[in-house]
Amino acid sequence: MTALKEELKRQIIDVLNLEDITPADIQDEEALFGEGLGLDSIDALELIVLMDKVYGIKLSDPKKGRDIFQSVQTMATYISENRTK
Amino acid sequence: MLEKTNIQKSCIIEQHRIVVDDKLIWSSEPEVSFSNFSKEAFHHLDIDYPKFYKMDALSKLAFLAAEYILQGEDTGELALVLTSKSGSLDTDLKHQQSIRDSEYFYPRPATFVYTLPNICAGEICIRHGLQTENAFFIAEEFPEKTIFAYADYLLQSNKAKRVLCGWVEYFQEKYRAFLYIF
Repeated sequence: MTALKEELKRQIIDVLNLEDITPADIQDEEALFGEGLGLDSIDALELIVLMDKVYGIKLSDPKKGRDIFQSVQTMATYISENRTK
Repeated sequence: MLEKTNIQKSCIIEQHRIVVDDKLIWSSEPEVSFSNFSKEAFHHLDIDYPKFYKMDALSKLAFLAAEYILQGEDTGELALVLTSKSGSLDTDLKHQQSIRDSEYFYPRPATFVYTLPNICAGEICIRHGLQTENAFFIAEEFPEKTIFAYADYLLQSNKAKRVLCGWVEYFQEKYRAFLYIF
């Protein structure tokens, strides 16, 4: 799980163009949206594409996204339980 | 009608140089890509605006030109009129690349949102809180008479106190921007 979380942090920084942020700057439990990293709705769509492209997870229910994208920790948990790639 | 003599301030970005009122403000090494040039020019501004990194090249160019020309300026009731030849074509092509393979179909939302020419005008409006008239025209070359006449109309009809207008052009590493304040 630790390796997956580190991989996720690098991917998030890469696909969302988070300049000047390193994986070490992102805490596992830190909120990705709102107060935390301050991501927006377009970033959420990018994360949905990332989940599909890299882990083979298709998110069809937007309501689930709210829980899954709370933090790197919640994303990693969901990915480890549902990945097809 | 407005003429060049009515220009209050100007900013030109081309060939790795940023010139404001005929004075060289900043330049980078000539061999750097637009991506690196724009990033360095942004760092030179020393402002905290992470959204910049997510913009496409045209928006970065327009944003930088606006940022440099508006430093120290009152943006109250400032209208915005931009023109371009290629518009968002560079980003349109990037988006098209991402959807051409039906077997590997992963359009990038962050790219798609910049597939309209006037998004760069929106980025300037958001950054500077402009809620005034704005327009974006596509033309082969800068339609000086049309734009100056339109700026004149905005001022004469009291739709704006000042007008930020000019040309923003980016396509496959070739770029040029010049903005004027009337």
